[in-house]
Formats: sequence, C-alpha cells, structure tokens
Amino acid sequence: MSPTPLDELFEAAAAGNRRAMGKLLTMVEQPGGAASEVSERAHRQAGHARVIGITGAPGAGKSTITGRLAAASGAERPAVLAIDPSSPLTGGAVLGDRVRMDNHIGSSSFIRSMATRGHAGGLAVAVPDAVRVLDAVGCDPVLVETAGVGQVEVSIAAAADTTMVVVTPGWGDAVQANKAGLLEVADVFAVNKADRPDARGARRDLELMLDLGPEGDWRPPVVLTIATENEGIEALWVEIERHTAHLRESGALGRRRGLRLRNEVVDRIELGLRGRVLQIIDSEAGSKALGRVERREVSPGSAAEALLASSNPQHPEES
Amino acid sequence: MSGISSCPAPAHPHEAPIRVVLAKLGLDGHDRGLKVVARTLRDAGIEVIYLGLRQTTDSIVAACEQEDADVIGLSMHNAGHLTLAPRMVKAARDAALDVPVVIGGIVPAEDVATLISAGVAAVLGPGASAAQVVSTVKAAALQAAGR
Repeated sequence: MSPTPLDELFEAAAAGNRRAMGKLLTMVEQPGGAASEVSERAHRQAGHARVIGITGAPGAGKSTITGRLAAASGAERPAVLAIDPSSPLTGGAVLGDRVRMDNHIGSSSFIRSMATRGHAGGLAVAVPDAVRVLDAVGCDPVLVETAGVGQVEVSIAAAADTTMVVVTPGWGDAVQANKAGLLEVADVFAVNKADRPDARGARRDLELMLDLGPEGDWRPPVVLTIATENEGIEALWVEIERHTAHLRESGALGRRRGLRLRNEVVDRIELGLRGRVLQIIDSEAGSKALGRVERREVSPGSAAEALLASSNPQHPEES
Repeated sequence: MSGISSCPAPAHPHEAPIRVVLAKLGLDGHDRGLKVVARTLRDAGIEVIYLGLRQTTDSIVAACEQEDADVIGLSMHNAGHLTLAPRMVKAARDAALDVPVVIGGIVPAEDVATLISAGVAAVLGPGASAAQVVSTVKAAALQAAGR
C-alpha cells in the first residue's frame, strides 16, 4: 500500500521536519477533519516524552523560564507548547510567548503557540493531543507553558508529569501560601526575578507552607531564579530531573499518566455533553422552564434538575 | 478540570482562526504600530503570533513553519522596506513557504508598485484604517488558502 499523506506527514515530522510538525498541530487544534485520525495515530506511538507543565501568574516569567529550560535540558529535540488566552468576545488572541524565548532557546527547539480557544484553566482543549503529537514524533521533553493563571486554575497538574509553579517576590505572604489551589499542585517551585527585594522572604513563605503540609515522599524544592540572566536555571532543571526520577522509581509516573488519560476522557465526554445541554435549553421544555424561572416560580436549580431528569435517556417516557 | 458552563462556545466552532506572524525585521525599534496592529487583529478574531523586534528572515521563516502561519505581517519604519521586504519574500520562497507577506508602516506611495512586483501581497501605508488592516490580512490569508 502506498503511504497516505498523513503517513508522510508523520514520517517527515519524526525526521524533525518543522513544517510537518506545524501542520499536524494545526490538524489537532481543529475539531472535525483529520483531528481524530491524527490523535489516534499519535496515541499509539506516544508515551515516551517527559511532560513538564509550567504555570503561574501573568508576568511571573513563565515564558522566559520555559525557553531557558528547553536550552538547559540539553535535549536533542525539546518542544514547547506556549498557551495564551483567546478573547472570549472575538476569539482572537495575541500569542506573545515566543518573543521571550526565541533569542536564547537554541535552534534545535520547537515552539508552538496555542490560544485557549474558549477553554478555561489556562490550557486549550487541544493541549493533550498536541502533546501527544510532539511526543509521538520524538520530541522530549515537552514543556507546556500555561496561560497566566490565578489561584485555582490547576488543569496543568492533570496534564503534566511534573508541574512547576513560578512565583515572584511580593506575590503574597504566608497566609496566601496556605490558601488552597495552585500552590498545592506544584512539584517544583521557582521564585523568579530573584534579584528583586525579598526573594528570600518569598522562598521562606513557601518553605513554611511546605512545612505545614502533609509529609509525603516528595517535598517540592524551591529554587531562586533570574531567568533573564539565566541564573538558577540549571539548578531548576536538576530538580525537574530529580522529580522525574522520583516518579519513575516510586511508580507514581504510571499512576499519574493513567489519571491523566482518565481526565482527558472525562473532558471529552463533557465537551460532547455540552452540545446536549444546549439542545435541552433550546428545546420547548427548556424555554418553558426558563420562563418559569424568570417569573420566579421556580429556582434555576430546580428547573435544571427537572430538565435533566426529563431528558435522561433512561426514562424516555418522561420526555 | 473545567466545568461545562465555564467554557463559552466559540463564535465559529468549526472555523479555524487565521494565524498571523507579526514581526519587525532587522534594526528598527519602532514597535508601537505593530502592537496596535496586533491588538486590531486580535479584536477581529485573528490569532496573532507576536515576534516583536529585531527578527531575521530566518527567524520569521522558522516561526511560520512551527506556527503553521497563514500570513506574515511586517512593520517597517526605517526606510529599509525596498531592501528588506523583497528579502523576506525571497526567504519564504527559498523555504518553499507559501505564506503571503503584508507590509505595514511608513511606505511612500511611489514604492508600493515596486514592492508588489517583488512579490509582496499587500502594503498598508500611513493612514490605513483598522478595518483596512483586518480586511487586507483576511484577503491575503484567503487568497493563499485558495492557491
């Protein structure tokens, strides 16, 4: 059988052809079309790359650190997926992560900018598939830089083997550090812009938070970095590698990856259900119920429950 | 994990957004205009990959390949457009990259024909409106997609 165009794209991408890699990533970003075929194929070949998530508040220095880490990894074919938000109003985006990476990342690296395209949590729907493609064509490590996030957007932890959280001096105090959310999911901390006042204070607050936390077999290290000067980056990479080794030795890597795949299937089901949800609300029963809610006869919660019950395919007689 | 309700449906769920690489080529520090254009395109639903200052034809070609860009937008304010724009067009062609090059910035009207004949897809000179910027970029993308 002669090779299909997709065979050829995968083959070229595996040989390091950047345009082929770029095309495959476009395909998985676009629902319908060849996305599922590309994903299907990539999935069978993937599972080798270390996936490292880099997250933190906007402006903390995630892009600069990510670019530096790709270089510091010394890997033959590191790849970066850099995610920035899409406008919820127009769908447009300014993807400005490359501008912080290009100058020092080295020519062997592959960088792809992705817009969130309506997805919450600092990632895009297509991120798992994009990681899968990069993994399948031989990139390792794959660094996933999230859009700037606040306190609770922790999706990256479900998408990566190792999650790194970047904070800066002045980001908060010990009380902030003990709030639930982002800081809980870190495997490694970077206190970036460490040439600014009170970098040590920031580190102390993180260490204090870790002291109070549950005693596990991995205590997240806290590394001071000045990414623009490439300071602390090697130390940071060493800690990431140490975490990878820990995951392998403890058997946690397999569990994490299993959980990651489960989450992805759940996400996909949710995505599929969203269409059904809109069908329900746009139906006659939906608009009737909505009218009752507006007239304050029923609460939104009970209206939703009733609609859900009557649309349940297990009880067709009620619908 | 995001809940169903926290994901607003995109305006055109099955239409891929146009992706544009925006850059300044060579030694030219005037990037205010490029930033305005980036914002204008974003507000028109376009995905802008912003490369910013001091790019080379090589770095722009590399970005276009990795980003699978539909259009290259270059901003020029150093009177180098007659040298640099054709160089960009040639670099793209040499790389067998079929991506239209749109030039914006300070380009005298009398240079436009020269640039077009050198293979530049369109020129947006001083006074071009936001609407013109958007329609020109979209037209360039459409034309390239139709080739």
